[in-house]
Amino acid sequence: MSMKLLTKLATAIADGSVKIVDLTHTLDPDFPVIILPPEFNQCARFRMEELSAYDHRGPAWKWHNLTLSEHTGTHFDAPSHWISGRDLPDNSVDAIAPEQFIGPVVVIDCTLGAAMDEDFELTAPFISDWESNYGKIPNGCWVLMRTDWSKKSGRNYLNMREDGPHSPGPTPEAIRFLIEERDIRGFGTETVGTDAGQGGHYNPPYPAHYFLHGAGKYGLQCLANLDQLPPTGAILLAAPLKIKDGTGSPLRVMAMIPGGNT
Amino acid sequence: MTNPLLPPPRKDPQKRTVSPTRPPEARSRAALGLSAAAAEGRFALQQCTECGKIQYPPRDACSNCLSTELRWKDTDCLGSILAETRLRTSIKPYFRERTPWRTGTVKLDSGPVIICHLHGDCERNGRVQIINRLDRSGQAVLFALPQKRSLYMEDDPQLRAMTSDPKHRRILITDARNPNTPYIAKSLAAAGASLIFIGESENWRPYPGQEAVAQLDKVEVLPLDVTDTQSVQKLAGAIGGKTDILINNAHFVRPGGVFVRGDTAMAKEEIEVNYFGLMRLAQAFGPAMCTRTADGENAAVAWVNILSVHSLSNNPQYGCYSASNAAARSLSQSLRAEFRTAGLRVMNIYCGPTEDDWYQPLPPPKVSPETVAKNLVEGLRNGLEETYCGDVAKDLFERFRESPHILEREMTLAGEGP
Repeated sequence: MSMKLLTKLATAIADGSVKIVDLTHTLDPDFPVIILPPEFNQCARFRMEELSAYDHRGPAWKWHNLTLSEHTGTHFDAPSHWISGRDLPDNSVDAIAPEQFIGPVVVIDCTLGAAMDEDFELTAPFISDWESNYGKIPNGCWVLMRTDWSKKSGRNYLNMREDGPHSPGPTPEAIRFLIEERDIRGFGTETVGTDAGQGGHYNPPYPAHYFLHGAGKYGLQCLANLDQLPPTGAILLAAPLKIKDGTGSPLRVMAMIPGGNT
Repeated sequence: MTNPLLPPPRKDPQKRTVSPTRPPEARSRAALGLSAAAAEGRFALQQCTECGKIQYPPRDACSNCLSTELRWKDTDCLGSILAETRLRTSIKPYFRERTPWRTGTVKLDSGPVIICHLHGDCERNGRVQIINRLDRSGQAVLFALPQKRSLYMEDDPQLRAMTSDPKHRRILITDARNPNTPYIAKSLAAAGASLIFIGESENWRPYPGQEAVAQLDKVEVLPLDVTDTQSVQKLAGAIGGKTDILINNAHFVRPGGVFVRGDTAMAKEEIEVNYFGLMRLAQAFGPAMCTRTADGENAAVAWVNILSVHSLSNNPQYGCYSASNAAARSLSQSLRAEFRTAGLRVMNIYCGPTEDDWYQPLPPPKVSPETVAKNLVEGLRNGLEETYCGDVAKDLFERFRESPHILEREMTLAGEGP
């Protein structure tokens, strides 16, 4: 039975009845990273050093050394990333069971709100409204907050001002609802973090990080192409690199969605 | 009177770029003392510690009493021209390309008669001031200036051949985020620079004065991140062929020594910017600049590094930063050697603590960005290799010159114990 299922899936991908959507930004030295106060250590930018390019440094081959942080570019946050998840079992990227990396996903469209308010908040009532249209969020599901923020570039992406960055994100109550009432797998955003730009001013500060990782849930951020996903019914593939005791990892995030001819 | 130098015309693309040639480099070991003084813009001659006679040319034993105790001492630089001549031809390609060339003999008020180059404004048998400068081989030559300044005297072709004057030159300042950038750019524009490129990293991250920098006279802001090899190569691909002076003011500083930090993350960033940044810039811009050191009035002339004076001797309050600057200083010596055949000059400006956020808790005196800019332009005009900016740097260098080991002990005192 399951073999048949996999064969059917392979056929569906090949004939386009299941489409693959890439939700990943290109790793690019110019892609913004989160900025902390300058006395703290900072997230490494993505860097590539050429080792050879079919030349005197290596006549037949081209290759690079990379420098990057666990949290550079489109990336995955493991529970050990936050102090609230520090003592959980299997809280690092190498310890998470692989079946966690493939699962259902729902997409909550916040584009209207985010377009009008750079500090737009995803609230618990907003989620309830969404559920009244698309049904209850199933347990074990990824929840992605679509804002079309990924279409911004340069300084508009981080949107840093003297009082810090301004970008949309969830309220503490919304995140607690998703965890406590819906037992989600994880939460993902198009912005540089799972929390709002001004998320440090909530109680607790950075509630998405605090509550998600405290409950053993995962984060995804710097996602792209969420406008290509249906509100429900897609499957998310998000497997971080197997880094020993890693608190997160850059990764290729993809979704399988129903194609045109189904 | 020297005529003002006119802005050079655009280059004829059908003409071969003139290859750099050099004046003779050979010197006795004793004469290198004169070059070391010229690197700092000082006029110094040997003086016998036994009989007091001032020596010229540099030698190993006193011409009066044969004592070998000869010390380099800053010397009175006034004198009178005895004789002069104008070279019309030479077997040295460097001078052949630059004839006529004025040289002469000058009787110094302090005694010796010296051979020197003569500024075009010097009058026959006139009073002159002698300056000690590096020529394009990187060795000292003495140069006579008229005592009375004239308006465009820096434009004298023989003098300009010794210096790194910014006039009519195209200059890259590598870090728009450094608070000293607007001051340096303004000073260069006032000194006649024709175009000032300013490198800006991470355009997605705003910084104070960003708009003001872009609006400065003659300034063009271009993307450049010295921690990103591709970014450096990309900019060199765009403007490397017309960068006459490169001023590397990119720096990363955080307080703390080894134990305060507890990890290597900040130190890595310091090395990335302060050491590897310099190396990336040199690898990307150096070769093209070296081919253009004889390319007319706006030939490539100088490479400027702004370093901490604690590159000479570590300041443990900024221990890791000092170490990264020591690495950069050492690399600048390698660069000096690598640029020497082309005649491209490396000038290091050593600063004490500056007026910015990272030195905020330190007491004065601190170096203002205006002082950095002023020192930089003066250093270029004087063709220096080494200059010390502000009282702290000057004092520290004097102590370093006297004894690096005593200075190290002074810098690393732990204070009174419990």
